[in-house]
Amino acid sequence: MSQKVLARLKARFGEAILAAESFRGDDEALVAPDNWLAAARYLRDDAECAMNHFIDLTIVDYPEREPATPRFDVLLFVRSLGKNHRVRLKTRVRDGEGVDTLTGLWEGANWTEREAYDMFGVKFLGHPDLRRILMYEEFVGYPLRKDYPIGKTQPLIPYREVAPSKLAPFGADEGQPYGRIDWLARMAGRNLQVSPAIGVQQGQRPALSVDTEDLAQPRKPNGN
Amino acid sequence: MGEMTNRTTAVLGEGQTGFATTKFDALLGWARKYSLFQFPFVTACCGMEHMATAGSRYDIERFGAGAPRFSPRQSDLLWVVGTITQKQAPPLRRIYEQMTDPKYVIAFGTCASCGGFYDNYTTVPGIDKIIPVDVFIPGCPPRPEAVLDGLMLLMEKIQNGDREPAVLPAKELPPLVQLRAKQQSA
Repeated sequence: MSQKVLARLKARFGEAILAAESFRGDDEALVAPDNWLAAARYLRDDAECAMNHFIDLTIVDYPEREPATPRFDVLLFVRSLGKNHRVRLKTRVRDGEGVDTLTGLWEGANWTEREAYDMFGVKFLGHPDLRRILMYEEFVGYPLRKDYPIGKTQPLIPYREVAPSKLAPFGADEGQPYGRIDWLARMAGRNLQVSPAIGVQQGQRPALSVDTEDLAQPRKPNGN
Repeated sequence: MGEMTNRTTAVLGEGQTGFATTKFDALLGWARKYSLFQFPFVTACCGMEHMATAGSRYDIERFGAGAPRFSPRQSDLLWVVGTITQKQAPPLRRIYEQMTDPKYVIAFGTCASCGGFYDNYTTVPGIDKIIPVDVFIPGCPPRPEAVLDGLMLLMEKIQNGDREPAVLPAKELPPLVQLRAKQQSA
């Protein structure tokens, strides 16, 4: 495995490697944010590491560990196709701080860093084109942060007014398991037949038993 | 000519007038329902079933709705096939507005109809929040048979001049629901 890579990183960067661990073939090094770019460059350029394949770059949010530890883990996954080993490099940043971009080392980092910025709001310093890549420009906030409200949507155009009686009663009865299920009502013993798909979201649909009876009726034949 | 508002082709009673208009509406509905020009707005995996429906085994051409127009200005039936994200909502409405009157919309599959399992920041919970819908076809994805049923339901509605949103009913309830109903009646 690539514990040899971890040993070389520790020998090269010393105290800047805050932690290193290996678990079932996965090797990981935690580096200080100031050495993020230098460590990545070393991984790519050192003859024994030779990480020529950029796999992915992503972020994990741990808001509960603030203020003792910065909330964001920035993770870099790289592999050496020639040496047949791979390693995970990690650093930690606080909200509002940034890390150096890796686009100068691997071109592929461009879009993954944009995605990480889009979802978590961590800035990549020196990135040539740091814009949102998935969400729209008008979107406020960063949706994959754990403190983003789980039910909050930001429609670009206002919704039409739709009468609840004209909504599609989708749910378990449509013959597939992915309907929006009103679990709270189910646990309370109500709405056992169907799940009030849209009504739950709009908070205005208590029961769907009428619709269930409608569904049970055979459709009238084409009358032409 | 305005939008059709007459909902039936019922025979008029004695002393009533205006039968010619009613007949004309019926003729118009008959003509329209067999010459639907579709605009496929295909965004997700439901597209595979849409292609299957258009293929030779199911052959949507039999219903006169086979020719896709890739300009909304030449089409009168909008198939919204797949998940619509908030980012796609403005283009969808713009395409709808560009279509020629009278225009019909089919919500194909669960995501287009109600958002499906995407209950989050990124997905429109049903395209009827954006544009009016004529027929909802449930399923994740719906089978081609269900798609053809939905198309026939729309044709029936066009014939009758009915613009109320309709959900394609299930042919039969899923086994678990049948079982529960049986337990409750017992």
